Amino acid sequence: MKKLSARRRHPLAALVVLLLALAATGGLYAAFAPAEKAQADTSAQSLAIDEGKKLFAVGCSSCHGLNGQGSSDGPSLVGVGSAAVDFQVGTGRMPAQQPGAQVPKKKVIYTQPEIDQLAAFVASLGPGPVTPTEEQYKSTNPDDVAAGGELFRTNCSQCHNFAGKGGALTQGKYAPSLEGVDAKHIYEAMQTGPQNMPAFPDTTMPEEQKRQIVAFVRHTNEEPSPGGLALGSLGPVTEGLFGWIFGLGALIAIAIWVAAHTTKAKKS
Amino acid sequence: MSAEKLPESHGSEGHEVAGHGDPFADPGLPAHAPRRTDIDERAAKRAERQVSLMFVVSMLATVGFIASYVAIDPDKIVYIFPLGHVSALNFALGLTLGVALFCIGAGAVHWARTLMSDHELPAERHAIEADDDVRADVIEQFTTGAAESGFGRRKMIRNTLIGSMALVPLSGVVLLRDLGPLPEDKLDHTGWRVATEAKPLPLINMNTNKPMKAEDIAVGSLTFAKPEGLEEDDEDFQQQIAKDALMLVRIAPEDIKDNDSRELGFEGILAYSKICTHVGCPISLYEQQTHHALCPCHQSTFDLADGARVIFGPAGHPLPQLKITTNQEGFLVATGDFAEPVGPSFWERSA
Repeated sequence: MKKLSARRRHPLAALVVLLLALAATGGLYAAFAPAEKAQADTSAQSLAIDEGKKLFAVGCSSCHGLNGQGSSDGPSLVGVGSAAVDFQVGTGRMPAQQPGAQVPKKKVIYTQPEIDQLAAFVASLGPGPVTPTEEQYKSTNPDDVAAGGELFRTNCSQCHNFAGKGGALTQGKYAPSLEGVDAKHIYEAMQTGPQNMPAFPDTTMPEEQKRQIVAFVRHTNEEPSPGGLALGSLGPVTEGLFGWIFGLGALIAIAIWVAAHTTKAKKS
Repeated sequence: MSAEKLPESHGSEGHEVAGHGDPFADPGLPAHAPRRTDIDERAAKRAERQVSLMFVVSMLATVGFIASYVAIDPDKIVYIFPLGHVSALNFALGLTLGVALFCIGAGAVHWARTLMSDHELPAERHAIEADDDVRADVIEQFTTGAAESGFGRRKMIRNTLIGSMALVPLSGVVLLRDLGPLPEDKLDHTGWRVATEAKPLPLINMNTNKPMKAEDIAVGSLTFAKPEGLEEDDEDFQQQIAKDALMLVRIAPEDIKDNDSRELGFEGILAYSKICTHVGCPISLYEQQTHHALCPCHQSTFDLADGARVIFGPAGHPLPQLKITTNQEGFLVATGDFAEPVGPSFWERSA
């Protein structure tokens, strides 16, 4: 140490220090930089975002803007999260066919991997609800159906009807039927609040309760109707209409038949 | 109708009269024509067998009803073509009981039509009013009675009689009091009335049964709330929640059009009564983009961004809004009752 400090004023000291510094920088770069570079470029996530950006530019950007910032034709997608994309594109609602009171469910035109890529791109725009995994929406506890029924009647039945058959809203909007809807899509709709449906975020309706509601809806879809014709499970309106037209109609027909076949009428 | 137009004047062969000048004369009854079963003994026997067969089918169906009640498992579900999946027990009970009742009815009708006597029996109709001398007699009796009672002469008796007759129905009105106690001011207040500025009442999420913080309520979400202390196990829970129920929505503050409404809320979180002001249906068909809430009963529509103004339908008042804020721990609380009564209008309603 003494020797080294004694030579610190040597004419070549600055050169030695410079060389040491260069070697240290180069060594550190060699140690850290390549690993980082490889992670950023080849991970599946960033590839999906890249692919999703391309798909987005072709299929979505005309309404939602090239960077999902929104325009007069479509809302901003910053912060809607991957769950919203998976729901809207996965049920065929997006891309929308035409503007109107409500964008209906229709044929899905993207494959699931493409939807995942689009979702990855939109999720990269800002934090939002993440596409749920199967454990989140798949119920294994049979008690979930009863608990879900109670939650469904509190939160959902006012629009979607007590049996999930859907119903009318204002000015041409409607709450769609939940019959045959994928468990994942029901879960995502609650998370994200698509179109005019209010959202039910995890803060006010925890994950477990969403799973219970999904279990109830799936159960209701599969449950047979013990009373025979369910008439759409729409309640007194369809039942009354059925009674008036078919019940009373049959009685009137019988009355006419009886009157036309009395002994007096027959003897002509 | 004059006497000569009645059917018996012409006998049952009344047609001849029509030929003599009066084209609208009553044709009378047509000649009696025997039925096939009246003239053909074999046809009568066949009809008898048909009727008995129907009664026997009814008996069998009743036996089938009892048998299926005993034999069929109530949980069994079967597929029956136009009906879909139905309970086997319900289907069997309905079918057998229906057949049993129908066959009795059909058998009785068939019996009456084919085998019971079918001779026409005309029931003559006469003029409704009585003869002139009978009427004169009745009127005379009435005037005699009236004169003898002195009803017109003794005015005090008459007037007190009218008075007592007029008052008697009041006893019926008094009996209505038995329908129950008067509502007093119950319609004016809700369970939120116990809240004060000094002692605010937390809002409890109906799903989780826990109080909520302001950041739990996201823009575009819908949450239902009840006052703290009201439990579903309470005996009067249904009566209380019918007035206390809240729907909480969060609207971006710049979208709220009504200044008073914004003041009553907390950072865009608005707490409205869930009870429709028309006839009191629970109303929570909330459209998060238009901020309209729709009542499913009669389509009253309220604009929650504009103080729940009625924009369509029969409702007469905006939905009452509860003033909310947060307490020291950040939980949403109410500091008082609704400013006006919730739910439908009533006579004594002040606002």
